[in-house]
Amino acid sequence: MIHVFAFYLFAILVVCSGALTILSRNPVHSVLWLILAFFNAAGLMILLGAEFIAMLLVIVYVGAVAVLFLFVVMMLDIDFAELRAGFVDYLPFGLLIALVLLAEIVLGIGLWSAGPIELAQRAAPTNPELSNIQAIGGLLYTRYIFLFEAAGIVLLVAMIGAIVLTHRARGGVKGQNVAKQNRRRPQDAVRNVNQPVGQGVEL
Amino acid sequence: MIGLQHYLVVSAILFVMGVLGIFINRKNVIIILMAIELILLSVNINLVAFSAFLGDLVGQVFSMFVLTVAAGEAAIGLAILVIYFRGRGTIAVDDINQMKG
Repeated sequence: MIHVFAFYLFAILVVCSGALTILSRNPVHSVLWLILAFFNAAGLMILLGAEFIAMLLVIVYVGAVAVLFLFVVMMLDIDFAELRAGFVDYLPFGLLIALVLLAEIVLGIGLWSAGPIELAQRAAPTNPELSNIQAIGGLLYTRYIFLFEAAGIVLLVAMIGAIVLTHRARGGVKGQNVAKQNRRRPQDAVRNVNQPVGQGVEL
Repeated sequence: MIGLQHYLVVSAILFVMGVLGIFINRKNVIIILMAIELILLSVNINLVAFSAFLGDLVGQVFSMFVLTVAAGEAAIGLAILVIYFRGRGTIAVDDINQMKG
């Protein structure tokens, strides 16, 4: 009973916050609704017994991606009212396409039947003795180690790409040049003068 | 009782919401990127639901990979957005075709 209640709570909240994400007038509100949607999706995944993915969703999506969105929205000085100009024009067409797509998908889910599934053919059957995190760890570091490393390379390339794209050399900024400082010798910089009395120093 | 189909319907609604978001916010790239995140989230729910109901963990492993790609995509997308804004002072994507060489 509590399971059913929790499912409907999370499902309704995730759908509503998803709708408000795309409909809000202010992009900052959009990001906050997106964070709520991620939290509720994590709740759905906990109901499914996938605790690790749920925690990953909270940490990666809410902790990194959504905050990155928030930073960019607040950093760029944009007139968002102007960007919403065509909103009403696109709405009927977009709703039409969305309804057709939803009808098709729901029809497909309703008519879908798995048929005879060869349960013995599963790649990694769930072991009821292990917790979810133990099972995923055991799988990820053995059989799917190359997938794991590929994920790491994807993140590395994304990081380097983001840095290379946004890096710029600014002109007119005085910075410390360590090599130049270290190259400087006393004989280039200091001069001993035996100064006669009563005369100014020639610089 | 809550079955696989319930989760699939939630995921389908979320996916359609993402597609609708791309259509109605045609000018605002930030919202379009958020809509793509919604679509990838619905894909993740789908994968985890099938993984849980079939008792096969591979779905969750693949869902982690999808999560990685989503994070990378968001980072690169926002970086492109920032340099586009630096050059043009706006993020309206209507006239983004002037970027072609």
